[in-house]
Amino acid sequence: MIPTQSPVLILGARSDIARAMAAEFAARGHPLMLAGRDPTGLERDAADLALRHQVAVSVHAFDALELDAHAAFFDALPQMPRVVVCAVGVLGDQDVDVTDPARVRQIIDSNFTGPAHALEVAAQRLAAAGGPAAIVGIGSVAGDRGRAKNYLYGAAKAGFAAYLSGLRQRYIASDLHVMTVKPGFVATAMTEGMDLPGPLTSTPEAFAKQVLRALDRKRMVYYVPRWRLLMGIITHLPEPIFARTKF
Amino acid sequence: MSMTKSLSGWGRWPVRDCQTIPLRVDAGFGDGPGFGARTAIARGNGRSYGDPALNPDMTVEATAARRMLSFDIETGELVLEAGVMLADVLSVFVPRGWFPPVTPGTKLVTIGGMIGADVHGKNHHGAGSFADHVNWFDLLCADGRVRRCSPQENADLFHATCGGMGLTGHILAASIRLQRVGSAWIRQTTVPVPDLDGAMEVFETNLDTTYSVAWIDCLAGGADRGRSLVYLGEHAEPDALEGTSRSDPFHLPPRRRKRMPMDAPGWALNRLSLRAFNHVYYRAGCRAAGPGIVDYDSYFYPLDSIDNWNRLYGARGFAQYQCALPLSTARDALLEQLDAISGAGLGSFLAVLKRLGPGAAARPLSFPIEGYTLALDFPVSSRALTLLDRLDEITIAAGGRLYLAKDSRMTQSTAEAGYGAALTRFRTLRAETGASAIFQSLQSRRLAL
Repeated sequence: MIPTQSPVLILGARSDIARAMAAEFAARGHPLMLAGRDPTGLERDAADLALRHQVAVSVHAFDALELDAHAAFFDALPQMPRVVVCAVGVLGDQDVDVTDPARVRQIIDSNFTGPAHALEVAAQRLAAAGGPAAIVGIGSVAGDRGRAKNYLYGAAKAGFAAYLSGLRQRYIASDLHVMTVKPGFVATAMTEGMDLPGPLTSTPEAFAKQVLRALDRKRMVYYVPRWRLLMGIITHLPEPIFARTKF
Repeated sequence: MSMTKSLSGWGRWPVRDCQTIPLRVDAGFGDGPGFGARTAIARGNGRSYGDPALNPDMTVEATAARRMLSFDIETGELVLEAGVMLADVLSVFVPRGWFPPVTPGTKLVTIGGMIGADVHGKNHHGAGSFADHVNWFDLLCADGRVRRCSPQENADLFHATCGGMGLTGHILAASIRLQRVGSAWIRQTTVPVPDLDGAMEVFETNLDTTYSVAWIDCLAGGADRGRSLVYLGEHAEPDALEGTSRSDPFHLPPRRRKRMPMDAPGWALNRLSLRAFNHVYYRAGCRAAGPGIVDYDSYFYPLDSIDNWNRLYGARGFAQYQCALPLSTARDALLEQLDAISGAGLGSFLAVLKRLGPGAAARPLSFPIEGYTLALDFPVSSRALTLLDRLDEITIAAGGRLYLAKDSRMTQSTAEAGYGAALTRFRTLRAETGASAIFQSLQSRRLAL
């Protein structure tokens, strides 16, 4: 277990899952660093977390797409985090995105290149500092099998999952634990307006609680149990059958 | 992005499909206060009973705006977004020794909703209603601008919004004042009284007691008419507590949650079962008479520990009835209403009587007026609706009014008779600010508010 006084850095802190995880860490007493592209927009979240949970919360500018700035970003943090959560990602709109080269690159970079590079930089520093540390990467079940509806996003998330798997193996002998999280449907701003099936949908708050419990147990890949079952079936469907389904 | 949801108030009647959109204050309001729809109404946690937080065009879900922004430990000033729940304020601030100055009978309400209904509590006779403790709020107005409203700044808009059921604009954030308390416990005294005069006497002789409220047995007839249990309460200081509570006065043991798993069948609530319940409840109250110590949660929010207690009334839903009666006419009107209720054979589990202090003349749609308020609820049926019409007549003849937050069925003329010239003032302000064209609910259309 990571001691509760350990600082937690959240990359992509504006997302609803990131906010819920921030609240869960704060409720346990962890000081927080919230990082995102628009730090002024994070000020209200920081105020809320500090007020409710009486922990120190700071806000930092971070752009996952500025790869060259990642190292300087980590080195400029007021304290070295012991837990880094990466919730950076963009769902996009598949049908529009695939027709526009700039958007194809943006989806891949936002969901794969940027997060992967940022976590590489983070992992080096966490491992070098020694002591229990963790990296939590938020992937997606969309990365488990490419579907017509969101295969660009899914492909990037698949890459991110492979990256996290490799990172985990590389540091397995150290105190740095790498956990991959694969949310199914979570009722967030990202899924607003979608008609989500109730039994497969969780709230960000409930999901965040489960993720922290999984981290306590040093799980390597965390799915919501129902999704683990569902994706187990979907990933094992023979391609000729899967290709004709309408998931 | 908007989506369609089937919504109702807490009484589960009426139910309508409404377009909904979360109130995301960071996103800006480029689409204006209608969020792309012709008309809209803000909705908090859906605890008003009838149709004031329903608009099929667009119902704006303020629960998405739920951040606390700042707290001043010197003055107790708390700034928060409108969708923060009172339950969150309590869970964060009671352990630090602070308590809301006014609380309704449920904590599952939002701060915006508390302002919109200008809610009152068991301390109304001394503390006034919630808006008396609001420093300011930010209001998204019909012209798309956000205005800071306080008793000093945009005062007309401030007063009209307090109790204005969301019809002047969407409240985005507010500053409220919390009060210091000595513990999380309440010193409660239960006073059984044999009839209505007894209950009123206890209220009148306890105007300096912080909290007072009565449960009234509205099925008791004849000489027992109006028999009640009056509950008096004060915040307990630590020296009134025992054991670990004295050294740790803000800590409460976790409360067991219960749940109403399904709708009760229609026959479960009838004259006999209610009469039996009321009898047992009154006798139990008589045995427990005198002083005692209760945690604030059980004292203020007994029903909140049962999830979905509104299912008790079956799938058809229920109607709340709450009237305020002027001091001079309250006694006779209450007796007449109790006769009408027991005459119709329709009892109510939750019959609550409360002494109200002076109302707020500056706030046109604020419900309380000096006198008494009676709250009842009935499963929806044609007999119940007929009874409620009769209760309306008695209320209006006595110079009283109905509470908009509880209402699902009064007529426009009842609203006009109850709120009089103040309603005219409210309508004028709505017309002048452009609010009447945009901010509408099923209730505002029904009552032409």
